[in-house]
Amino acid sequence: MRRYTLPAIVLHWLIAITIIGTFTLGLVMTDIPGITPTKLRYYNWHKWAGVTVLLLAALRLLWRLFNHPPQYADEMPAWQRGAAHGLHWLLYLLMFGVPVSGYLYSLAAGFPIVYFGVLELPVFISPDPALKVTLLAVHYWLNMLLAALVGLHVLAAFKHLLVDRDGVMQRMLPISIRKENP
Amino acid sequence: MKPLKSLLLAGLVLASAASNAAVLKTDPARSSVAAVFKQMNVPVEAPFRSFTAQIDYDAAKPAASKASVEINTASFDIGDAMYNKEVAKKEWFNSAQFPKATFVSTAIAPAGAGKLNVSGKLTLKGKSANVTFPLTVKADGGKQVFEGQLPIKRLAFNIGEGEWKDTSMVADEVVIKFRITAAQ
Repeated sequence: MRRYTLPAIVLHWLIAITIIGTFTLGLVMTDIPGITPTKLRYYNWHKWAGVTVLLLAALRLLWRLFNHPPQYADEMPAWQRGAAHGLHWLLYLLMFGVPVSGYLYSLAAGFPIVYFGVLELPVFISPDPALKVTLLAVHYWLNMLLAALVGLHVLAAFKHLLVDRDGVMQRMLPISIRKENP
Repeated sequence: MKPLKSLLLAGLVLASAASNAAVLKTDPARSSVAAVFKQMNVPVEAPFRSFTAQIDYDAAKPAASKASVEINTASFDIGDAMYNKEVAKKEWFNSAQFPKATFVSTAIAPAGAGKLNVSGKLTLKGKSANVTFPLTVKADGGKQVFEGQLPIKRLAFNIGEGEWKDTSMVADEVVIKFRITAAQ
């Protein structure tokens, strides 16, 4: 079975690692009571990581628009292809939606984002206490949705690897695992 | 008892008005005092919600001017209750022990049209320092607007103790930005 191209595989795993790291950091930092230097540091790292996800997602979308992903296994039923396709587009949507909602939340809270402490990113909304509360809720629930969809995505991948054994997951693995049958 | 008290009070007010004829009536709604600083290079501008300013200024005799400002340190508003609670703590403003930051001018010198050079004593968290900064005076719709910026180093006043001394987290440089609007 044909695998994804190298740029697609690299971007997939870079984004996966960055999303999991940023998400975990988000849970850890919001759990720190009060205000401490560690908490502020984590908040800044979280924002930098989120902007990184956004940049990688933009590259990935560009790749996806100009490349067809490799075929699914022939024996995959139509409803599963449809479900996989829908889930992939939802994941794309959230790869943008989650960082953008966080970016806007930070602006509404009155804190511009300075990428890696060097590059000040555009400020296009002014501090707004009411909007800030709304955007925090939006950011939180988009994250929960993303976590649920990533869980589904991972479960489906392992179903293909362990139950169907149809080589669908191998298309995206960083190293090629040869199928046992010749 | 009561009428006598109000009469006394009225007398006092009259007496003080007479002795400070040039004290301007400030307009709190159109005045602001804010601190501008950087947190991990992120620019933050946060206002003090509660302060009083006394300006004794006569454009004809600028050198005779006087100014004093009193700021309630606990009214510093970074836009989030958790932050505001933190900055009132002992490590920052220690608002329980030092509720007020004050500035009292010692000399005001004219420095060109609409400009003054102000020297005075700034007291923050129990520490005093002599500071000098430029001030501009503008007329705005029948009112006078005094505007200026005073750069300070927060660590010179022990603002941010312990682990908050780290200037890579919160920069040492803080600019106090103010705009006081007063009746003519």
